[in-house]
Amino acid sequence: MPMPYYVSPEQLMRDKADYARKGIARGKSVIALEYEAGILFMAENTSATLYKISEIYDRIAFAGVGKFNEFEQLRIGGIRLVDVKGYSYSREDVTAKGLANAYSQTLGNIFTSEVKPYECEILVAAVGETTATNELFHILYDGSVSDRTGYVAMGGASEQLKAYVDERYPKDYPASTPDLATAVTLGHEALQSVGGGETPVGSLEVAILDRTRARRKFRRFPEEEIAPLL
Amino acid sequence: MRGEPDFGADFLRRPVHGPGSSFSELMKGHQPDPEAPSRFEGQVHAPEGTTVLALRFDEGVVVAGDRRATEGFQIAHRSIEKVFAADDMSAVAIAGAAGPAVEIVRLLQTELEHYEKVEGERLTLEGKANKLSQMIRANLPAAMQGMIVVPLFAGFDEARGHGRIFKYDVTGGRYEEDDYHATGSGGKDARSSLKKRYRLDLTREEAVKFAIEALFDAADEDVGTGGPDLMRGIYPTVAAISAEGMVEIPEEEIQRLFEELIADRAEDIRSQESHPVDVRRPGEEA
Repeated sequence: MPMPYYVSPEQLMRDKADYARKGIARGKSVIALEYEAGILFMAENTSATLYKISEIYDRIAFAGVGKFNEFEQLRIGGIRLVDVKGYSYSREDVTAKGLANAYSQTLGNIFTSEVKPYECEILVAAVGETTATNELFHILYDGSVSDRTGYVAMGGASEQLKAYVDERYPKDYPASTPDLATAVTLGHEALQSVGGGETPVGSLEVAILDRTRARRKFRRFPEEEIAPLL
Repeated sequence: MRGEPDFGADFLRRPVHGPGSSFSELMKGHQPDPEAPSRFEGQVHAPEGTTVLALRFDEGVVVAGDRRATEGFQIAHRSIEKVFAADDMSAVAIAGAAGPAVEIVRLLQTELEHYEKVEGERLTLEGKANKLSQMIRANLPAAMQGMIVVPLFAGFDEARGHGRIFKYDVTGGRYEEDDYHATGSGGKDARSSLKKRYRLDLTREEAVKFAIEALFDAADEDVGTGGPDLMRGIYPTVAAISAEGMVEIPEEEIQRLFEELIADRAEDIRSQESHPVDVRRPGEEA
């Protein structure tokens, strides 16, 4: 009987991480920016129906990059999770932290125990009563979570996006945050800076979590409302 | 699998096609399963909601309900809410056993929002009405023990561009009404009142006024229906749904309309003869 080849755990994890990173790097990017009334999400997305950004619960939104079927499964699972929790207890008991934790556990388990890791990165964001109480959880393919402030860039060109926004985002955050039009323009320019040319309004996906709205804070901008913001 | 809902990672890895985009399907097998048949026997007495109504106007539909819940001949609650927004474009008004009715509303609200989030678009008004029908059907075992839920469902049909009203029977039977309907203990009285007033081309203001009048008439005839409670400042709930969504009519306006109605009625009654009482004592001549 042939003996299986020995592969060190370090090597195994490195290979999986490389595989996941390569998959994510092939996809388009998503950027989230905190603005004065909440959180703005922007993505370059040529499809008008297959979304990268979506509503999860009253104050919580989801954004995913990488392989569509994988982050879509996480998105739907997340909606199921929070709706069951909110129905069983109360709407106030649903928190972004709880959801981010569940995502982190799931992605972590998949990364270590399955042959193929998920090639996606997700963002769980919740708008608070003030900028200081906004929450942005960035969850990687291996389940590691980081708690961000100000802005988050994910996907193919995340490093360049991060560098571009970092130079232009208000330095005195959270004391000052851009207004919606400024944030949309910044997001659009950032996506263009990595997209290699013009990003037409038709291939932009724009949504907000707006704390001034009633119970459901999430709103997706239809195409005709995006152009006037730029 | 039965037991407490699992809030762990299990949900996230279930195949997307599993329970589809239905929340009530998702809850099947979990505790509490809102649609599980009950295994109790005998009759149960629980607070009951009394009168609710809905009527169409030219741009949509008005839904209203009184605020009383009764338990036998006792008042169980003076300010219960019976008109609920199912989503932005539709409302459920509950009559019958208040406990299961409120639970059905909560399940329907979650169901509609869940579907919208998962699918990225809203259910049609027809789809929402059918889902409610299935939920009432699932309540049949409880209805056999006296916990009957017969709501009204009304909303604005975005495809057709007008308001629609659905009534239900205990078995989940769903019937559409073209003009108006009222249900609950004072439903018949409210319907009689609406019948005299209803026209096809009512404005929203008229529809609100007639809804209030119908509830007043129901409270006048039916012991289970609560009229305006001037002492505590409790007034019936009235909401209007049109293409712009659902608007709750502010309490001040409802109060004003009741005051006008009572003033009108009082004038009519006082202009008639008074009703003197002749107290006779034993032995007195007739």
